[in-house]
Amino acid sequence: MTKTILSGNEAIARAAFEAGVKVASAYPGTPSTEILENVVQYPSIDASWAPNEKVALEVGIGASFGGARALVTMKHVGVNVAADPLFTLSYTGVRGGLVLVVADDPELHSSQNEQDSRNYAKFAKVPMFEPSDSQEALEFTRLAFEASEKFDAPVMLRSTTRISHSKSVVTTGDPVTDLPETGLEKNPPKFVMLPGNARKRHYVVEQRLEEMADWACDQPFNRIEEGEGDVGIITAGIAYQYAKEVFPNAPVLKLGLVHPLPKQLIRDFAARFKTIYVIEELDPFIEEQLRAMGIEVHGKDKLSLCGELSTSRVRQGLLGEALKPETQEDLPPRPPNMCPGCPHRGVFLALNRLKAYVTGDIGCYTLGFMPPLSAMDTCICMGASIGNAVGISKVLSDDERKKVVGVIGDSTFLHTGVNGLLDMVYNQSTATVIILDNRITAMTGRQDNPASGYTLMNQEAPEVDLEGLCKSIGVKHVKTIDPYELDLTRETIREEMERPEPSVIITRRPCMLMKRPVVERKQPLFVDGDRCTGCKVCLNLGCPAIEWDAEAGKRGQAKVNKFLCVGCDQCRQVCKFDAFGVCDE
Amino acid sequence: MNRVKNILLAGVGGQGILLASEILSEALMLAGFDVKKAEVHGMAQRGGNVVSHVRYGDKVFSPTIPDGEVDILFGFELLETARNLDQLGTEGVVIANTLKLAPPSVSIGKEAYPAGLAEKILEKVPNAKIIDGMGLAQQAGDARTVNIVLLGALSTTMDLDEAIWQQAMEKMIPERLLEVNKAAFALGQSA
Ligand SMILES: Cc1ncc(C[n+]2csc(CCOP(=O)(O)OP(=O)(O)O)c2C)c(N)n1
Repeated sequence: MTKTILSGNEAIARAAFEAGVKVASAYPGTPSTEILENVVQYPSIDASWAPNEKVALEVGIGASFGGARALVTMKHVGVNVAADPLFTLSYTGVRGGLVLVVADDPELHSSQNEQDSRNYAKFAKVPMFEPSDSQEALEFTRLAFEASEKFDAPVMLRSTTRISHSKSVVTTGDPVTDLPETGLEKNPPKFVMLPGNARKRHYVVEQRLEEMADWACDQPFNRIEEGEGDVGIITAGIAYQYAKEVFPNAPVLKLGLVHPLPKQLIRDFAARFKTIYVIEELDPFIEEQLRAMGIEVHGKDKLSLCGELSTSRVRQGLLGEALKPETQEDLPPRPPNMCPGCPHRGVFLALNRLKAYVTGDIGCYTLGFMPPLSAMDTCICMGASIGNAVGISKVLSDDERKKVVGVIGDSTFLHTGVNGLLDMVYNQSTATVIILDNRITAMTGRQDNPASGYTLMNQEAPEVDLEGLCKSIGVKHVKTIDPYELDLTRETIREEMERPEPSVIITRRPCMLMKRPVVERKQPLFVDGDRCTGCKVCLNLGCPAIEWDAEAGKRGQAKVNKFLCVGCDQCRQVCKFDAFGVCDE
Repeated sequence: MNRVKNILLAGVGGQGILLASEILSEALMLAGFDVKKAEVHGMAQRGGNVVSHVRYGDKVFSPTIPDGEVDILFGFELLETARNLDQLGTEGVVIANTLKLAPPSVSIGKEAYPAGLAEKILEKVPNAKIIDGMGLAQQAGDARTVNIVLLGALSTTMDLDEAIWQQAMEKMIPERLLEVNKAAFALGQSA
């Protein structure tokens, strides 16, 4: 037992080790990514990145059916992708314990929506724990494995950004030692979900939830903290911390298991108070179930359905205190931007110039939406770009149809983009697809993927041949180009947009932040003051290394920040006056 | 119970804010406090602004600081320090870096870097300490130790034993970089 400071994600990884997990599988996604990145430090666990969340869960299910404890992690929207196996896994139950960690992102710090995963627990009829700090993240993960085996059910653990990415003091424990051996064991009535078997399993699922709801009434993870006054608070997860901060002396029922709810415990608690506050983030998940039980509560009548909670927002909602301004509004903002030397930049400059209608996707390249590149017109979910391009092409005139280009990153293409491409070829759409192959999953912090040549455990792996894959699907026109060559990039995109057949352009150039192999920075560029006319064309690249010096020249001049410039040469290529040069060694 | 103390670190992605807040929280834990720290990774890192919340006391609940209750605003860049000035509580302290990094709208000449930010900070907090972190880091022998210079300056406003800071640095900084970072810390302390 040692005391350390751990993030929620580090604590979950530690718990997987302590719980004797043998297999961990995931697809990266903020704020869940660091769980598997930390699992790697425990050699007793086979940890891997799957191509998407559905496969990750299926790998976990296989390991569980082989008798091992398995951990699967993903961000909230990942569960949409993994929902198919999840709902039926609920019926089969498990052999070795299986825990699915889902990390929600209230406030959309780094996501495309703020769906509340607790609804999935109810929908899939799967139990769900929700920790309120790193210590509980560790304890509840261990507990979730025990509960999974005790109740023969997959168990979900819900984190949120403020749990996953906050650090707090944790006392770690010792690993378990007495887990059963793994090996084959046949049990078709339990594991083959044909109607005849599944019909029977459904009864098991419903009964399991009832038993758990009773069991949960006297478990320490659902606890009452006595206090003063006639207002009782019911809360869970990070919201518990805000509740305690605002109402330090109030009686609190803190739920550790948010599904199924311990009904009798809640009834007894609620009966003691005149008023009940339910303090929860996002949806009225607990509140609605309490109302269905006939308990009057205050909750979303006072707290927002949108965004994350905070101490200040709970004070505002329940005590009527005014919110203070968060930041000084009159100061220039500092939004995220593509890095200097980002290989995506030139592609979006070309798309802007060609006035393309860009069905976009999710990754660093989604920043191509921002000015001055301003070249993305849709972004729904991972893999959507290709299907969206096919769909919109169906309803356009011949002229407009040529404008449609789907853009998708390498990791996203392998995640769920391939299916869209199958549709595109099979149903003979004419849209153009650009695969932005920067050799890595950059957005979430440079994770390896099936095309990068390495695994999560840092072992060499076969690389997917993207050209070969597209051709085997039936795309006749597959071209690979270096996106640093701006004229070629623009010309190739223009040609393929014109072509009345499906085509794929692969723009291949490693991410500047790549560590293996390290991408060498080249000598920085400089602006020749005698040549720069101050035309500002280079500023259209939106490169953080190009600055505007209003004092220089007749009407201002561009200037290169030597510390930021990596020498990618894109600015030199767009300059009509040959004003960029390369600094001497 | 003692009141919880709140430190807000503010700056730009890539400035070493996360390491500084790790060392700070480690030191606070070694000193026997309950500590929580929060920050957001992901999208925010791509050159955007970064804040890290560090809270400590007998018992800390929320990992994030309630609006307007910052005790120490610890700024790594001038504009980001100014941006968070309203987060300071009464009697709040400011430790800040003189460094200016242009945000995109300034780089591309749409607007100028706001003038008079240091004066604005001093007007609100007359005893604010605004130091040339970059200059001192270079003096220590490595420009990348700015974050540790600033941490040294911060340490003078906090009541922790010197040995604890040293121990926290030894734990969080790789051996080969320890010496230059300790020199940077010392320069920050006497700034
Ligand atoms: C279903 C789902 N899983 C995970 C994520 C998180 N996520 C956003 S973009 C991305 C990967 C981007 O990689 P890639 O397509 O290679 O583009 P890059 O960032 O490298 O440009 C991931 C994992 C998500 N948004 N949705």
